[in-house]
Amino acid sequence: MDDVKELYQELILDHSRSPLNFHKLETANRTALGYNPLCGDRISVYLEVDSDKINKVSFDGDGCAICKASASLMTQAVGGKTHKEVLSLFERFHKIITGKKDPDSSTLGKLEAFRGVSEFPLRVKCASLAWHTLKSALENGDSTISTE
Amino acid sequence: MEPISKLTPSQKPGFDVSTVRRDFPALSLKVHGKPLVYLDNAATTQKPQSVLDALSRYYTEECSNIHRGIHLLSERASQDYEEARLKVQRFLNANRPEEIIFVKGTTEAINLVAQSYGRTELRQGDEIIISAMEHHSNIVPWQMLCEQTGAVLRVIPITDTGELSFGGFGRLLNARTKFVAITHVSNALGSINPVKRIIEMAHEQGVPVLIDGAQAVPHQKIDVQALDCDFYAFSGHKLYGPTGIGILYGKTELLDKMPPYQGGGDMISSVTFEKTTYNKLPYKFEAGTPNIAGAIGLGAAIDYVMKVGQATISTYESKLLLHAISSLSEVALLRQIGTAKERAGVVSFTLGDIHPHDIGTILDREGIAIRTGHHCAQPVMARFKVPATCRASFSFYNTMEEVDALVSALERVKKVFH
Repeated sequence: MDDVKELYQELILDHSRSPLNFHKLETANRTALGYNPLCGDRISVYLEVDSDKINKVSFDGDGCAICKASASLMTQAVGGKTHKEVLSLFERFHKIITGKKDPDSSTLGKLEAFRGVSEFPLRVKCASLAWHTLKSALENGDSTISTE
Repeated sequence: MEPISKLTPSQKPGFDVSTVRRDFPALSLKVHGKPLVYLDNAATTQKPQSVLDALSRYYTEECSNIHRGIHLLSERASQDYEEARLKVQRFLNANRPEEIIFVKGTTEAINLVAQSYGRTELRQGDEIIISAMEHHSNIVPWQMLCEQTGAVLRVIPITDTGELSFGGFGRLLNARTKFVAITHVSNALGSINPVKRIIEMAHEQGVPVLIDGAQAVPHQKIDVQALDCDFYAFSGHKLYGPTGIGILYGKTELLDKMPPYQGGGDMISSVTFEKTTYNKLPYKFEAGTPNIAGAIGLGAAIDYVMKVGQATISTYESKLLLHAISSLSEVALLRQIGTAKERAGVVSFTLGDIHPHDIGTILDREGIAIRTGHHCAQPVMARFKVPATCRASFSFYNTMEEVDALVSALERVKKVFH
């Protein structure tokens, strides 16, 4: 059960129970819907982007604990960041959840809590769904993406 | 499977679950260091050694193509392939072996009927009746047919307990109805449908009926003549056989007038560039080299099931299911989805607000394999207003102790989250 405890840390459980920025954003100028048809997870990401910078970000939808906690902590991490900064953060986050080595050893703060996901390859999609959706919103405006 | 309400505790002497378990090599596997508790039998079943041996024997001793070789290996393989067809015929009590078509699985069987029978017989405005508890494979082929022909899909509603609304079926059946396709047992809820009555009512209007038997065949004796269904479909891999092989049963008079589903080798009797004459049944529907090993493996699986005894299997599985239903109902926060009176093989549930996907991961680490998600039955999930459920599904090789292991593991899941 140790790797289960590692996966479902207190921080992740807290954010899955009471996610931050969990609402529709009325002022959004970019949105995207992310869908994982395998498990039915469905997350919408709303962005208010002003000259390439994320002013406000929120999400809603339905998903497992990993998916919701990841979306919640993502909204906390990307506020005020540019498109490019978000992409490089996602790249580093993806290394964390897939257990790949990152030459940059600086901490990712609360996102480090998702290191446990690398022991559960089937759950990588849950942890990354919100990020893929965010990326899609930034790149394509209004869109729907699917993990399959 | 016998209805739970009619269950008697008496069991054929001689059935010993620990003995049958030894026939299945996979059941002694360990996963994450724990003994495997395999409760995902509605997805696929484990295979007995006799099935694995039959596959291996075909590939090592008689690997060849069928129905064309002049040599000994081909003669043996053709004989075994046709012997498998006879086994399926007896297993379903079909009238003739030509009524047994080897296909990839239930999905292909339904697509075959939709495309071959449906495209020939259905017109704009005709109606096809299915139910709200169908697997996607008994929804999408009919939607495709509707797009192609202008026919309309009508859906029988289900009740809060997960039973088919029989009155709802009666109201939908009318002069425009040209086809009915219904699952025998729901893969997401376990409900057993009153298919015999449905077939009778449809036949009174002259409407043919296809039964999706994928979840029924492993649990109960099927007699297609007693049911009087026009088509019956099932998959080998849910019946302890290999993947990639399944059966379409169809009445001769219907199959005879249906055009081939695919063109190619084995389905023709003569070909010139001017005209091709199609082969007779069942070969008309078996274009290309079939899954020979799969058919022989399915024959071995049927032999195995008959050896254990279908009545014995039904009785034991009913006891197991009853034990699961009553033990799970003791688990606080657990909500069973689908509480039909007549059920087979499946318990679907949610646990408080813990997402099924999280439950599935934690159970897996305990060695317990269940299915989580929408079970390829999204309309059923929508009906019960849940995005997904956990599904434990049983076989005669499961034990009461495995059910207890599931219950204790669910208590541990709650500890992680609360």
